[in-house]
Amino acid sequence: MLNFLARRLAQIVPTLFFVSVLIFSLQQLLPGDPAMVMAGEERDPAVIEQIRHQYRLDQPIPVQYAYWIKGVLSGDFGESLRNKMPVRELIAQKLPVTLQLGAMAIIIAFLIGIPAGIVAAVKKGTAWDYGANFFALWGISTPNFWLGIMLIFLFSIELGWLPASGYVPPTENWRASLAATIMPAFVLGNAIAAVLMRHTRSAMLQVLESDYVRTARAKGLWERSVILKHAMRNALTPIITLGALELGTLLSGAVLTEQIFSIPGFGKLIVDAVFNRDYAVVQGVVLVTATIYITLNLIADIAYILVNPRLRG
Amino acid sequence: MKMFRLAATAAAFLLSLGAVQAQTTLRIGLAEDPDILDPSMARTYVGRIVFAAFCDKLFDIDEKLNIVPQLALSSETVDDGKGLVIKLRPGVKFHDGEPFDAEAAKFSLERHLTLPGSFRKPELASVDHVDVVDPLTIKLVLKSPFSPLLAQLTDRAGMMMSPKAAKAAGDKFGLHPVCAGPYKFVERVQQDRIVFEKFADYWNKDNVFIDRIVFQPIVDATVRLANLKSGGLDLIERVLATDLKEVRADSRLKVATAIELGYQGITLNIGKDKAKGPLSQSAKVRQALDLAIDREAINQVVFNGEFQVGNQWVNPDHPYYQKSLPVRARDVEKAKALLKEAGVTPPVSVDFLVPKGAETETPAQVIQSMAAEAGFDMKIRVTEFATGLKQAEAGDYQAYMLAWSGRVDPDGNTFIFLHSRAPQNYGDWNNAQADKALEDARLVTDFAKRKASYEVLTKLVQDEEPLLYLYHRRIIIAHTTRLEGYKQMPDGLVRVVGLKLK
Repeated sequence: MLNFLARRLAQIVPTLFFVSVLIFSLQQLLPGDPAMVMAGEERDPAVIEQIRHQYRLDQPIPVQYAYWIKGVLSGDFGESLRNKMPVRELIAQKLPVTLQLGAMAIIIAFLIGIPAGIVAAVKKGTAWDYGANFFALWGISTPNFWLGIMLIFLFSIELGWLPASGYVPPTENWRASLAATIMPAFVLGNAIAAVLMRHTRSAMLQVLESDYVRTARAKGLWERSVILKHAMRNALTPIITLGALELGTLLSGAVLTEQIFSIPGFGKLIVDAVFNRDYAVVQGVVLVTATIYITLNLIADIAYILVNPRLRG
Repeated sequence: MKMFRLAATAAAFLLSLGAVQAQTTLRIGLAEDPDILDPSMARTYVGRIVFAAFCDKLFDIDEKLNIVPQLALSSETVDDGKGLVIKLRPGVKFHDGEPFDAEAAKFSLERHLTLPGSFRKPELASVDHVDVVDPLTIKLVLKSPFSPLLAQLTDRAGMMMSPKAAKAAGDKFGLHPVCAGPYKFVERVQQDRIVFEKFADYWNKDNVFIDRIVFQPIVDATVRLANLKSGGLDLIERVLATDLKEVRADSRLKVATAIELGYQGITLNIGKDKAKGPLSQSAKVRQALDLAIDREAINQVVFNGEFQVGNQWVNPDHPYYQKSLPVRARDVEKAKALLKEAGVTPPVSVDFLVPKGAETETPAQVIQSMAAEAGFDMKIRVTEFATGLKQAEAGDYQAYMLAWSGRVDPDGNTFIFLHSRAPQNYGDWNNAQADKALEDARLVTDFAKRKASYEVLTKLVQDEEPLLYLYHRRIIIAHTTRLEGYKQMPDGLVRVVGLKLK
C-alpha cells in the first residue's frame, strides 16, 4: 500500500510539470493579442506596446514560461491582466464557490441516481424500470443551459420562490446561499444522476444474479434486507469511485451552469479569462484544476483499495 | 395525499429559502463584469456605467449633449485655443475626506498622463502640462489647439481621484478606488457584485436618495431580464431589442431608451487587401455594395424597427449630422450599373469578417442576401472578437463588421478610424483632404466651423466609402416601477443622482 502511494506521488510531479508546459504552449495558440483585448476600444498602439512590455508579452515564450513557473513555485501565480488582482486571490475566492456547488450536485446526483438505479434493477422490465431509464436518457440528453433557463422561468419568474441568479456565501446567510445554489446544483447533478443510475442498475443486476444473493433469498431473508444489505453493498463499490471522478468532471461541467446562473465560481472565472486572453488567470485556474483532478484520481484509487481487499496485494 | 403533502412541504421549504430581506438597495444588472475600477486604466463601456455611480468628472453631458459642469464650475478657452482655464467647485471632498482642489485636479490629470498603462494618455495627448492658478483654478496648457478636449473631460479623463489614496495604492488603486462621486466603494467580488454606499459628504448630497447600490454582472440577456422580472434586480442594461415588446407589455416594468452615440458599420479594406479584390480597387464597387443594402429592412427584420438607420458616424438626430447628405435608398439596378462601369463581372466575391454574436451575425446574413441581388458574393466568416480584431489589424479581410460605442465629440467617432495615420484605420484609407478636414475640426471650437469641416469629410466618405455606416443601436434600459426619476442619456450610462426607490 505504501509502495503504491509513493509510486503514485512520484508520478504527480512530472505530470504537473507536463500540464504546466502544455497550458502555457496551448495558450499561445489562441489567436488574438492579450494586450489588444485588454485595451478594448482604446486601441492606441503606444499604450498597447507599453502593456506588452509591462506584462513581458514581448519576451520569447520560454522566457515568459520561466518567469511564470518561478512565480508558481513560490506560490505567486501572477496577476490578472484585466483587473490587477493576484490570481492566487481570485482562485481562493472562486474555488470554494464551485466546490460548494459541486458537493451539492454530487449529493443530489447520489440521492436521485442510486435509488433510481436500485429500483430499476429490482423491478427490471416493469414500468418502474422503463420510467427510470427514460429519466436517465432525459438527464443525459437535456442540455444544461436549457434546463437552467426553464428552471429559472418556473421557480423564479412564475412561482417567485427562488432567486434567478447570483450567489451568497453560506457563511453570510446559509438559507440564501442554499436558495441561490439549489437550481444550478440540480442542473449539474441531474446529468450525473443519470449516469449513476445507469451504472447502479447494471451493477445491481449483475449482483442480483449472483449465487450469494440467491442463497440469501433461499435462507428466507426479507427482500428488503437482501437488496439493501447484501446486494447494494457490493454493487456500490464501483459507483463510489465513479462518483469521485464525476466530482472532477463537475469542475469543468460547472462552466456553462455558472454562466447561466451567474455563479461567480471557477467555471465563470476561466470562461471570462479565456475570452479576455487573461493568460495568468487561465494558467492558474487550469493548473489548480489539474492538481485537483489528479488528487481526486489518487483518492479514488486509494478508496478502491480500501474497499476491495483483493487489490491490496 | 402523501405525495401532495410532500410537494407542499417541498414548496414551503423552497419558499422559505427564497424569502428576501427588506430592500433598501438599488440592484443593477450589468451585461459584463467590468474591468479595473481605476479611471486611468479602465477601458470598458460597462466599467463607465459603474464609474458614474462613484467617480465624478470635471464635466458631464446633458440629454441634448451639451457639456455641463460637474466638479468644475466653468471653463474658458484662452491663448488662441492653446489654454483651457477651469474653475473648480468649492467645498468638494473625496470619499476619504481629502479636499478636492486645484492640486488634486492637477494630480489626477497628471496621473492620467503619466501612469504606466494609462489609457487616458492618448485622450489627453494635447495637454502639455497643468498649472495651478489658484486653489480653485487650474489651467491646462496645450501643445496645440484641440477642441475635443472639453468633451474628453466629460468621461474618464475628467475623473478626479484622491491624491492621497492614489499615491498609496499605486497601480492597485482600482481595487479600492477613492473618488468624489455620490457613492463610495465598499467591496467587489469579481464576477459577482460591486457594492457602493451613499457618501455622506457628497457635494450634491441633497439629491441622493438611495442608500446602497449593488452592480451584478449577468452575461445572458434572458437571465438578466428574468432577474428583473422576478424582482432580483431593479434595473438592467442592454435589454435586447427583440425583448422590448415583452418588457413593454409587463406593467411592473418601465423602459428608458436613447439612440447611441456610436454606430454599427462595415469597414471596407482599401489599402491592406492582399488579394486586391474589386472592393479595394474601385470606389464604384464599394458604392454598389452600399446601394445594395436596404438599411431600414435590416432594422425591421433583425431589430423590430427599434434601431435608427444612418449613413454617418453620428445618428440623424445628432447636432453634427449632415442633413444635406441623407441615407440613400436601396437601388439594385444602379448598383449593378456601377459594377458594370467599374468593369467587374459579378459575382464579386467578398471575404466578410463578422464578429460572433446574434446582433452581428443576423444583420450580416441579411446584408449577404441583399448584396447577392446586386451581384456580390459575401462570404461570411464568423470569428470570435479578439481573433477578428487581430485579423483586421493585419488586413486579413475585405469587409469587416465593426461597431463603435461612440463618444460625445464627433472627433471621437471619426479621427481614429478615418485619418490616414490613425491607429484604428483598419481599411488603410488614405485621403489627404479627409486628413485635413479631420485636423481642421480639432483646431476650432466654433460649432458651425467644425460642422463645415465635417461636411467636407462626410462627402469624401460617401464618395470613397471606406466605411459603410448602417445603423445606430437603441440603448435600452429596463427597470421596475419601484424606481422613480430615471432618465436615459445618449451615452448609455446610468446616472444615479436623483433616483428614488418606492
